[in-house]
Amino acid sequence: MIDTVELAGKTPDQPQPWDELGLKADEYQRIRDILGRRPTNAELAMYSVMWSEHCSYKSSKVHLRQFGEKAPASDALLVGMGQNAGVVDIGHGYAITFKIESHNHPSYVEPYQGAATGVGGIVRDILAMGARPVAVMDSLRFGPLDADDTHRVLPGVVAGVGGYGNCLGLPNIGGEVVFDPSYAANPLVNALCVGVMKHEDIHLANATGVGNKVVLFGARTGGDGIGGASILASESFDDSKPSKRPAVQVGDPFMEKVLIECCLELFEARVVEAIQDLGAAGISCATSELASNGDGGMYVQLEKVLLRDPSLTPGEIMMSESQERMMGVVTPENLDAFLAITARWDVETAVIGEVTGTGRLIIDWHGETIVDVDPRTVAHDGPVYERPFARPEWQDELQAAGPEGLARPAGGDELRGTLLRLLGSPNLASKSWITDQYDRYVLGNTVLAQPEDAGVLRIDEETGLGVAIATDGNGRYAKLDPYTGAQLALAEAYRNVATTGARPLAVTDGLNFGSPEDPAVMWQFAEAIRGLADGCQALGTPVTGGNVSLYNQTGDTAILPTAIVGVLGVLDDVARRTPQGFRESGQVVYLLGETRDEFGGSEWAWAEHGHLGGRPPSVDLAAERELAEILVNASRDGLIDAAHDLSDGGLAVALVESVLRYGVGARVWVPDGVDPFVFLFSESQARAIVAVPRSEEVRFTDMCSARRFAHQRIGVVDDGGELDVQGLFTVPVEELRTAHESTLASAFEG
Amino acid sequence: MARVVVDVMLKPEILDPQGKAVLGAFGRLGFDGVASVRQGKRFEIELDGEATPEAVAEIERAAATLLANPVIEDFTVHVEAGV
Repeated sequence: MIDTVELAGKTPDQPQPWDELGLKADEYQRIRDILGRRPTNAELAMYSVMWSEHCSYKSSKVHLRQFGEKAPASDALLVGMGQNAGVVDIGHGYAITFKIESHNHPSYVEPYQGAATGVGGIVRDILAMGARPVAVMDSLRFGPLDADDTHRVLPGVVAGVGGYGNCLGLPNIGGEVVFDPSYAANPLVNALCVGVMKHEDIHLANATGVGNKVVLFGARTGGDGIGGASILASESFDDSKPSKRPAVQVGDPFMEKVLIECCLELFEARVVEAIQDLGAAGISCATSELASNGDGGMYVQLEKVLLRDPSLTPGEIMMSESQERMMGVVTPENLDAFLAITARWDVETAVIGEVTGTGRLIIDWHGETIVDVDPRTVAHDGPVYERPFARPEWQDELQAAGPEGLARPAGGDELRGTLLRLLGSPNLASKSWITDQYDRYVLGNTVLAQPEDAGVLRIDEETGLGVAIATDGNGRYAKLDPYTGAQLALAEAYRNVATTGARPLAVTDGLNFGSPEDPAVMWQFAEAIRGLADGCQALGTPVTGGNVSLYNQTGDTAILPTAIVGVLGVLDDVARRTPQGFRESGQVVYLLGETRDEFGGSEWAWAEHGHLGGRPPSVDLAAERELAEILVNASRDGLIDAAHDLSDGGLAVALVESVLRYGVGARVWVPDGVDPFVFLFSESQARAIVAVPRSEEVRFTDMCSARRFAHQRIGVVDDGGELDVQGLFTVPVEELRTAHESTLASAFEG
Repeated sequence: MARVVVDVMLKPEILDPQGKAVLGAFGRLGFDGVASVRQGKRFEIELDGEATPEAVAEIERAAATLLANPVIEDFTVHVEAGV
């Protein structure tokens, strides 16, 4: 028997499985208070998923407000947080929308499908804004390279990201891969998508216009991704049902490709008022969000939803996370034209309801009302927790145990050995084994992709207008100091974008942390947000949206606090972009920025000594801004031919990467009075190396001097086929390449 | 010599894009009366010796770890008679 609103009113004492659905006792009571009766099973399903941490942000909301409160004034921001994705103006009438989203847990359970549907989900978010998706990126974290589980999870995740993105025909232009023991059993899969549209094509997902039709289109609704809803299956006594509902969704990228083209045609034909993608919490989320963002009411006949599995209960239909589905709001006059377009694309479509002015979301099942709620209470007025947070006791101890006592290499031979070992260490090794599985150049607008500092895309073929995007996030730095660590992630992504010559504009963030019920984790989270919000204010780059993923932990052990920051920048003409690699013999290599003795949280301390302690490198956002202006101006004026930011592994690793890009050589000298080890491996921030043509050298150094920015002539590019650090050591390029490129290939092949 | 057959199918509630594509082709090529298609995999495994209960159990173990992905797939194992 179906649990109706009427029945719920008559049976107030019927026990309900709120506990199994993840609700707390007081949350369940609150639902009863809101409704003035017990919820029906369908309502309980809806509240339980929408009030989950994942959908309601109940632990993070009070902190996330800072992104709005501290947002720097920006003319570029067209749509801010709260919609499917933020939108940024890049000039010439173009707008860019971009967002990062996590799919961590599903990728651990079923690596291929988890990662694939992570890409599919973020692509639909971008599409829902009215934009054409043009590129993806992925930011991945795994357990130790030699762990068995990494060998199960990593190949599946990489194949899933590549499989879905490649089938959609979207280039994968960048990202990162980091290994750390804390991510064993808690891999992170954060996917970013970029979309392009004209200003006038921006669409907001609001259900307005009383009488407008609510349409569900795309794939059919099946039993996938239903977590808790199976608990409600007891409302049916049908024995033919599949015994176990998996929480795994399987995606179909070719369906999604059709859906993209179909949605874009619907937008272009102006026959749709709003489109909302169906992701987490499926129809529950789409109906309640669309309704509460619009005129406040909606009426749905749930039996009109097209099903793949007719045995699904109403609660399951409302919670299903079947992929490749969209919900549209269409005026009655446009309905025929809308249906003609979806029919042309062979996209199954069902009119399931309409927008009302009642302020209620009412859902019927074969004529009986099973949901009657105020949609705001589902979508926006969920519980908000001020979780206790406290600086953990071990933080002081961790910061006190600095890297000062670690044995440092001395002399040419030891430095040479250190460099070769670092190049082959999992975090610094070339990721080409992974990125070569992704199509980086499909669509023909990729200007730079991995292993460059940032992915660069041409947006406008006429003018060369383009964008650059980079993601970064160093969990070790954040563990040592979450406030600084989050700013370091921002600073690195910002610097990476500027290194290509792009002016940084806006930020998206993927915040991955452990359990918010642990005050130490909550403190890391609060500090990271405070750091990121302050940093964005100082750099003038607003946060446009993003994602929070909590409960990433095994037992009491949380993952490293991992704030992944994506920065978007704009290039007026991508022909002016600055690549990473050295190419022309005779060009002069300059080191920009100040180098200090900073090894806390460094790759050297970790890879060589397994050490994590002390303080992360200091942040100087004013210097980052100045460095970015130098790099952007030098790119525009043609003063530099190559640039590479300095980060993990320091100068030595950056030099090798610039040398390996085109297989040339370089001669480098350590400036007088500088410790060679610090010079080569320190991870001091706000630094970059550039290759300057001799004809531009005076103009370039004059610009740096005028800005009082530290710049040192440290070497020259040559075609000698080796990296020569004068007076210390020499390594042939081929030896560098073998050290850099064999680690991942030998770990995952054979 | 004995032959053991392992049939692997996606669980019924899991989306099967290949089956869906085949269903679409049925219609386009004029094969009528087909309501649904689901596609699976069949493995024919020749054993060195007889299909003893131990040998079949070993194949079942291989099916659960190598041939099928039990997160999204079901499998059946049976000994084929008369080989």
